[in-house]
Amino acid sequence: MSGGVTTEMKFHVLAVDDSIIDRKLIERLLKTSSYQVTVVESGVKALEYLGLLDDEKSNTKSDTNSTTWNQNEIQVNMIITDYCMPGITGYDLLRKIKESTVLKDIPVVIMSSENVPSRINSCLEHGAEDFFLKPVQQSDVNKLRPHLMREKEKGKENQFNSINKRKPIEECLSPDRTRIRFNNDLVA
Amino acid sequence: GYLDEQFIQLEDLQDEANPNFVEEVVKLFYTDSARLLRKIDLALDDRPFDFEKLDDVMHQFMGSSSSIGAKRVQRKCTEFQEYSKDGNFEGCTRTFQEVKHEYATLKKKLENYFQLAKVAR
Repeated sequence: MSGGVTTEMKFHVLAVDDSIIDRKLIERLLKTSSYQVTVVESGVKALEYLGLLDDEKSNTKSDTNSTTWNQNEIQVNMIITDYCMPGITGYDLLRKIKESTVLKDIPVVIMSSENVPSRINSCLEHGAEDFFLKPVQQSDVNKLRPHLMREKEKGKENQFNSINKRKPIEECLSPDRTRIRFNNDLVA
Repeated sequence: GYLDEQFIQLEDLQDEANPNFVEEVVKLFYTDSARLLRKIDLALDDRPFDFEKLDDVMHQFMGSSSSIGAKRVQRKCTEFQEYSKDGNFEGCTRTFQEVKHEYATLKKKLENYFQLAKVAR
């Protein structure tokens, strides 16, 4: 195929839930779909992991119990979160993610044990990709893949669009100029 | 039946790579439930009475029950919530005894299930 293009199929999902049982369940469900999974127990921990907490807050935290994550290395392809959580709710988390310039394109899915249409609509209106009723099942998790694939395609498209467009013209251009463009696109 | 289709979902998630998944989930359910049920017991002794807190803790317990497919326990929790939403203290205390009873029965059934599972292996 096209040389140098690696298709990274391992998606990384961040799951957020305050229930220890539901965390275990969602982790297992996601792993059966071969996703890489990180599970956290609260909205605050999720924000911390995503690097959205104020610097002030993260500096005052003691390091003894907290895991230090290198924000630059973290790549999350999807966030799935419980709605009802103490402190920062799933809805609050959704809003914060969609307000962030860095993270707003990450698909967010909300889970809830309660079927409240106004709640569901509100989440979808504020950018949630989908809403799952608990208990979450394999069939729900199977619905995630298209969302992840779509984002992946968007990412690939943006990165390689210029190269693909230029392909037919490539032969007309001098090899040097093509090479420079290719490098720039990769670096950008 | 004491367990619904959700329990079967748990069984489906068990495989050679995760041979004890169901047992692990159920163990978590026991410890988590013990904690939550105790919280409710204490909240029922609290004066002044806090229906909102009761409702909140019961909601958590109901969530866990639903996640493992404990449908009879879940149904009793729903009954409880109707009383707490109505501010009916007596209804709450009475129904909570029934919740605990259903939970104890379920625990016995699950213990039998795991005994059988061990023998069958």
